[in-house]
Amino acid sequence: MLAHSLFFYFFSTIAVFASIMVTVSRNTVYSVFFLILVFISISILFIMIGAEFLGMIMLIVYVGAVAVLFLFVVMMLNITEQLAKRPSRKGLINNISVGSIVGVIIFLELLVVVGGWKYKGTFVPLSATNLNMDISNTHALGNILYTDYIHLFQVSGMILLVAMIGAITLTFSKRENIKRQSYFDQIQREKDSAVSLVEVESGKGVKLDD
Amino acid sequence: MIYINIFFSEIYKIIFLLLPVLVSIALIVWLDRRVWAFVQKRKGPNVVGPFGILQTLADALKFMFKEIIIPASANKVIFVLAPIITLTLALIAWAVIPFSNEMVLANINVGILYLFAVSSLSVYGIIMGGWASNSKYPFLGAIRSAAQMVSYEVSIGIIIVNVLLCVGSLNLNKIVLAQENVWFIFPLFPMFVVFFISALAETNRPPFDLPEAESELVAGYQTEYSGMMYAMFWLGEYANILLLCALGSILFLGGWLSPIDIYPLNLLPGAFWMIFKILGLFILFSLVKAIVPRYRFDQLMRLGWKIFLPLSLIWVVLTASFLFFLDMLPVAG
Repeated sequence: MLAHSLFFYFFSTIAVFASIMVTVSRNTVYSVFFLILVFISISILFIMIGAEFLGMIMLIVYVGAVAVLFLFVVMMLNITEQLAKRPSRKGLINNISVGSIVGVIIFLELLVVVGGWKYKGTFVPLSATNLNMDISNTHALGNILYTDYIHLFQVSGMILLVAMIGAITLTFSKRENIKRQSYFDQIQREKDSAVSLVEVESGKGVKLDD
Repeated sequence: MIYINIFFSEIYKIIFLLLPVLVSIALIVWLDRRVWAFVQKRKGPNVVGPFGILQTLADALKFMFKEIIIPASANKVIFVLAPIITLTLALIAWAVIPFSNEMVLANINVGILYLFAVSSLSVYGIIMGGWASNSKYPFLGAIRSAAQMVSYEVSIGIIIVNVLLCVGSLNLNKIVLAQENVWFIFPLFPMFVVFFISALAETNRPPFDLPEAESELVAGYQTEYSGMMYAMFWLGEYANILLLCALGSILFLGGWLSPIDIYPLNLLPGAFWMIFKILGLFILFSLVKAIVPRYRFDQLMRLGWKIFLPLSLIWVVLTASFLFFLDMLPVAG
């Protein structure tokens, strides 16, 4: 038990330190790396409480895909220019005021959620989710997600799909005057349609279609 | 006291897993170059040791005595960290690979997810190396590599879902044991082909070696690296290739099971069959390297997103409905 709590404090300290560094560090690429460190320590904490499926999914989805895309965008920024720019006093005050308002709201929300935990039974019927301790938590999650909460699960999938389609339509633009490669046209091309012999009269050029 | 005992026995096990893996990487590099040479009617490395088998050792010695050059404009911390991360991630994945029913370092419930997570993390070594070099060719290589690995991970993930539908467990040992009657390569053959090609793309092997395309990008993300740091990238790359061969043999070729369960064959230990299958897949990898020309980047993306992703998704639906309507879905356990 001692070893367990030692590990817990070790990883949670790393997580807290790294999440502070995400906001503090001046270099945006470092911020993303610290964000990755936060994700990894959180997934380790998940594994430590026995939720190995959630921990692994956290690694695969957040570290393996989402953070890669973050890094992708951030790496394109000009870091040296950013580092040279000092934050102005006015901007600092502005940011701090907005940030603290958002922070206070999130803190109050957390307070409500954690405080309301005691009365959870009266708001959410707990009988629907009787936990079976014998099966692995992958099966347990699947049993709940695909039976009791199937509609919510499907709806969340649809929301993600709509968001994806929205992002694509916003950025998609049809470009004119570019040559696209068509594999089927290339394969279908025969000698008869591709090569032709042209009789050229002397003193005159040949005009071809394209 | 008991903690110290556990600690040392685990260290002992880890060393006896990692040493064979590292030695076999050295041999596999030699094998790769030999197969490549034989396809092209060359001799390949044949001078150092019998059949040139010690060539990689000689190369490694040479790397050790080379100077490590860190470019002046590079980001030093990340530049040094990148090869370390690549090699570490390639090696920690071996913890869950089963070589027989008992010969596995960590027999965890979500083994396949662990493997998938580690292989999706391995893109970081490349991105970090490319960005920290602060030079254009490594950066282009890193960007290409990130796009490529993220795209092909998607289809590998869905192929894994296909296999898991037939198994009903995420444990690697259970995946192997589920293939006692028939290897999954037979019912899921198209998925095996897609997996093999995606594995080539995931490990940046030819014909998908765009991140290090030497005709365009010098050596991609490794351009600025030298000496032991280059060697670590190189070791990590081959460890990853071996890992995906191991994953392929676990998912489709019955892992440590013997091909047919008859008298002389089932006497051989499971580790023998596992290594045999990994080697077989690896020889296929190196044959592909010798035979196929490099893809263009748009072709690569088209193949990943427009062909493999729909194909594997359709196959998931087919497998699921087949198992459901014939009442063959595996029981949860």
